[in-house]
Amino acid sequence: MPMIEMKNVSKWYGTFQVLAECSTQVEKGEVIVVCGPSGSGKSTLIKCVNGLEPFQQGEILVNDISVGDPKTNLPKLRARVGMVFQHFELFPHMTITENLSIAQIKVLGRSRDEATERGLKLLERVGLKEQAAKHPGQLSGGQQQRVAIARALSMDPICMLFDEPTSALDPEMINEVLDVMVELAQEGMTMMVVTHEMGFARKVAHRVVFMDQGRIVEDDAKEAFFGSPRSERAQQFLSKILHH
Amino acid sequence: MSTWDWQVFCKDTIDGKIVPSCFGSGGDITYLDWLLSAWGWTLSVSALALLVALLLGSLMGILRTTPHRGLVLLGNAWTELFRNIPLLVQIFLWYHVVPALIPPLRSVPSFILVVLGLGLFTSARISEQVRAGIQSLAGGQRMAGLAMGFTLPQTYRHVLLPMAYRIIIPPLTSESMNIIKNSSVAFAVSISELTLFALQAQEETSRGIEVYLAVTGLYFVSAFAINRAMLFVENRVRVPGMIGGGGH
Ligand SMILES: Nc1ncnc2c1ncn2[C@@H]1O[C@H](COP(=O)(O)OP(=O)(O)O)[C@@H](O)[C@H]1O
Ligand SMILES: [Mg+2]
Repeated sequence: MPMIEMKNVSKWYGTFQVLAECSTQVEKGEVIVVCGPSGSGKSTLIKCVNGLEPFQQGEILVNDISVGDPKTNLPKLRARVGMVFQHFELFPHMTITENLSIAQIKVLGRSRDEATERGLKLLERVGLKEQAAKHPGQLSGGQQQRVAIARALSMDPICMLFDEPTSALDPEMINEVLDVMVELAQEGMTMMVVTHEMGFARKVAHRVVFMDQGRIVEDDAKEAFFGSPRSERAQQFLSKILHH
Repeated sequence: MSTWDWQVFCKDTIDGKIVPSCFGSGGDITYLDWLLSAWGWTLSVSALALLVALLLGSLMGILRTTPHRGLVLLGNAWTELFRNIPLLVQIFLWYHVVPALIPPLRSVPSFILVVLGLGLFTSARISEQVRAGIQSLAGGQRMAGLAMGFTLPQTYRHVLLPMAYRIIIPPLTSESMNIIKNSSVAFAVSISELTLFALQAQEETSRGIEVYLAVTGLYFVSAFAINRAMLFVENRVRVPGMIGGGGH
């Protein structure tokens, strides 16, 4: 049973079709990278996985639970699916420690002490132990994104979704975030990562999905994708981002 | 009319004799007593109306930002209704029309009706501010909250509202100051607040200048105190690392 399974997912904004019959799956422990031109539907696709965006057709199963089923307890499902956003989205009015513990307390019902301890351990893991008492606005972008990853991990997720986690960062901060993600991948975390960082893809991805105009046009093992992408669009895209 | 006579406030309201202590005794009251009691009524009407306005305005503002079409509609309708009728007309509606339509309301004191009228009028304006504050956070914070497994109410409680309220402290301050000023409409339904006091006391004493100056001063002090208190709150809840405590 795959951790994430999408079957013929289609979604429309009014008459505009954002997603067209998208199918793919992510096995447990697998890392897949989703890439494609801007506006091709990558963010929409990944937000459908934890039900942040509704979709009109098809089916998505996460750990065998149907996301589109109205009977599904979405908050409960989302609590187990970590998500990292392009713009970090830490809670600005809370300290870093509170950012890391609030959902553990309110959603998982952990005690404050337990949650704080777990949060601080993860903060240490992303190398930011000294920042615990600060607020997000006092951290650099790279630091905020590492906190955001730690925040997602604090819920002991069964899989992690990343939506362009480094594209809002200054170039010199990209690697500090990618390093954390690489480590996570190597530990066996199931990950679905929207990114144009092909170095990351080469290093840890198992498969690469290429999207164009709401369709998944390539879904290959990494070696096959970087060896010979079949579609012309994917080839153009690759040569553009690899040589810019 | 040439010199000011502040002793007018020490006069007994019945016989017009000056009371040495300026405060009446044994059931008699001076104009000073009356002035202070009128100030009390102004503050009471304002404070209670503000409470009503904050509660209902927040609720309606929140409803307007939910993903549920029916709730959005309710919040919008509420806001338009109470925003588009002049305040004085609303007060008269509460005083004359509503009790006629809903008989049990006939026994409700006019003080309560004024609090409701002023509170609902102001709730429409606060609803606008709360909605704008929440929407200024864009969709990212809401998604981040939901993605952590918070329910929608939890997302509002822990993620959206704490920042939204910080952002709207300045407009909420002017709304709170407005409510003090707007509470003067209560004179229209015979609440013995500052404006009614001014009208009656100047008639009885022919000392309009002193009376109006005193009343003006008390309105000013009240509004100014609110302003200072809100500034204090704004500083207390300022988020480190954020300029102006605003969104991003
Ligand atoms: N709320 C929305 N309403 C209408 N169109 C939208 C909305 N969100 C995204 N879109 C459109 O859907 C398409 C896919 O968007 P998105 O998933 O963000 O693409 P990507 O992440 O690949 O850049 C874009 O053309 C975008 O303009
Ligand atoms: Mg995107």
